[in-house]
Formats: sequence, C-alpha cells, structure tokens
Amino acid sequence: MKFGILINEGPYNHQAADTAYQFCKAALDKGHEIDRVFFYHDGVNNATKLTEPPQDDRHIVNRWSKLAEEHGVDLVVCVAAGLRRGIVDDNLAAGFRISGLGQLVESGIRSDRVVTFGD
Amino acid sequence: MLHIVNKSPLERNALESALRMVKPGSTILLIEDAVYAVTKGNKVEGTVKEAMKTCTVSALWPDLEARGMQDTVIDGVKQVDYSGFVDLVADNSSVMSWL
Amino acid sequence: MTESTGGIEMEEDMSGTVKKFAFINRKAPYGTIYALESLEVVLISAAFDQDVSLVFADDGVYQLKKGQATKAVGMKNFSPTYRALEGYDIEKLYVEKSSLDERGLTPDDLIVDVEVLDSAEMAALLEEQDVVMSF
Repeated sequence: MKFGILINEGPYNHQAADTAYQFCKAALDKGHEIDRVFFYHDGVNNATKLTEPPQDDRHIVNRWSKLAEEHGVDLVVCVAAGLRRGIVDDNLAAGFRISGLGQLVESGIRSDRVVTFGD
Repeated sequence: MLHIVNKSPLERNALESALRMVKPGSTILLIEDAVYAVTKGNKVEGTVKEAMKTCTVSALWPDLEARGMQDTVIDGVKQVDYSGFVDLVADNSSVMSWL
Repeated sequence: MTESTGGIEMEEDMSGTVKKFAFINRKAPYGTIYALESLEVVLISAAFDQDVSLVFADDGVYQLKKGQATKAVGMKNFSPTYRALEGYDIEKLYVEKSSLDERGLTPDDLIVDVEVLDSAEMAALLEEQDVVMSF
C-alpha cells in the first residue's frame, strides 16, 4: 500500500517527527511504500543540515536523510513555509528537496492513505 | 475510519472532540501524550470505557512504555507497536488525526 | 495569499482521479500559524479539481469570526480569504454546531455562509472522506 505522510511540527520540540519516522520505518519494513513525506508548518525544520544534537541523542535530520538514501523516500519541504522559517537550498540536508504545496495535494491523490503527524 | 489522537485528555480536548464526532464502529488510536487516557484511575477512564462499548480503542505501547504507564492500562484496550499502527492505517479506509 | 506556492505540475496523469479531501481546522487564528497555513493548502488544492471540504470544529470556528482587525497586533488579517474561497470553487464549509454553541457563537457571527452540522452529521461527513488533512 502507498502512504503519504504530512509532518507539521519541527524536530525535538514535539514528538511528531519521531512518531512519523517510526511509522515510515515500520511501513517500509512491512513492504509498504512511502509515496512522499511532506514537511509543512514548523515541520520544515526537519530539513536543516545545521542541526547538531548532543551525541547521545538521536539525529532526527540525518535519520530522514538515511531513509531517503536507503529507501528512495521523497522528502519534500514546502517552499512557502520554508522561506518563512529560513529553510532554503543553502541549508537543506541531503535527501530533501524544496517544492510547492501542490506536492502535498498530489501525494494525497496518489496515495492509498495519508497520515498527518503534528501538534 | 481510523481516528488518531495524540493529546493528553487532561490538557486538551482532542479526545473529547474525537469521541463526539466518531461513528460507532470506528477505531481510535491513542499515541504520544494521548496514551495517558487509557491508564487506570485517570479522570477520563470512564469516558474511555464508555467509548469502548461502541468503538475499538487502541494505544501505542512504545508511548505507554516511554511514559512509565505500561502496567496501568485499562483492560480491553488493544496495545499496538508501530507495525500494528501501520496495520491499522492499512485496514481502515481513511485516517484522521485530531491535532 | 501571494506567496510563491508553486509546484502544481503533475508528475503523472491523475486527471481522472477525484477524491474527497477534507481539511480539518480545530485551532484559533493568530495564536498559532496553523489556520493561515491551512488556508494556503486549501487554495492550492483548488487547482487539482478535487472534491474539497473544509471542516471547522472546536477553536477552529474562531477562524471564521467576523470583525477581525489585526493592525494593533501587527499581523496579516487573512479572514477575508475565506470569503474568496467561493471564487476558487471551494464552497463546502462545514461547522460543528456544538463548537459554535460552546463559544457563544451563531452562524450570524461568521464571515462566510457555512453549513452547520451536529456531531453525528459531522461524523458521517468525516467518514465519507478519502483524504483528511489536519492542521
């Protein structure tokens, strides 16, 4: 089955990005497909390569990058929400791309299910 | 339809609103801070038990365990891991998060 | 609503697919950005010719309150945009009755015409949706 994922909160501040990641991992492990993870609202902060958590903490941004690298998951950051919060190509982590909100709606049309993670 | 709630019922009204607007027969999955709703002795225990008469109530056990609440879960609440979460999403025709 | 939202190009042919999309608004405006950014998604969705519904419940009904004036807080008043939705063929706006009642509001207090549903009717509406996005 094909899942679309919407993430509305930034990393560390809220568990949404963690839960979404665990969901994606579990779905992929079960043989499902993640059509796209769309980062919106403060969720765009999942995409900055400037993130440097303490060494004993999980690296949420790198975890997403790895998911993209290993499973080809399409990680899309909303351009308008990103510009508001200073997330641009210059500080974008590996595996992410910036695009429009149309990509969220498109993923909704194309996916069998859409799951929203947020506050 | 799968209804996902992630707020503590003692702080926010997400669970209360969800229960008002779910169709009987639906599944409600509690994740993150919402797992406190299915623990014994909390203020909404009665509400949750009432909901269990018409709906299936599930809770994400990694979130229960993280919060030290794994031993106080109300009887009859189905506990799922992330894999079970994925199954619930797949088995229901649509999903709504009560953010 | 003048930001570049872009990216409406279709990667594959989905022209025949019409799904029921519901955008759920349960948060008040201004205190957080969710209401404004939700509206931006709604406007973009119009370009995809889907069957779009907007649901306002709980504090989300405050988004539609008449008389919003944001000059003193220094923020953009986006409430007129709800009135512009009709021009985008987005005409299905649903408000939950008890959410209005609990806040001492009536449909006359709202900036647009809406359909008021009781909780059971709202449950039925939600149940028939294909894609539900919450903000």
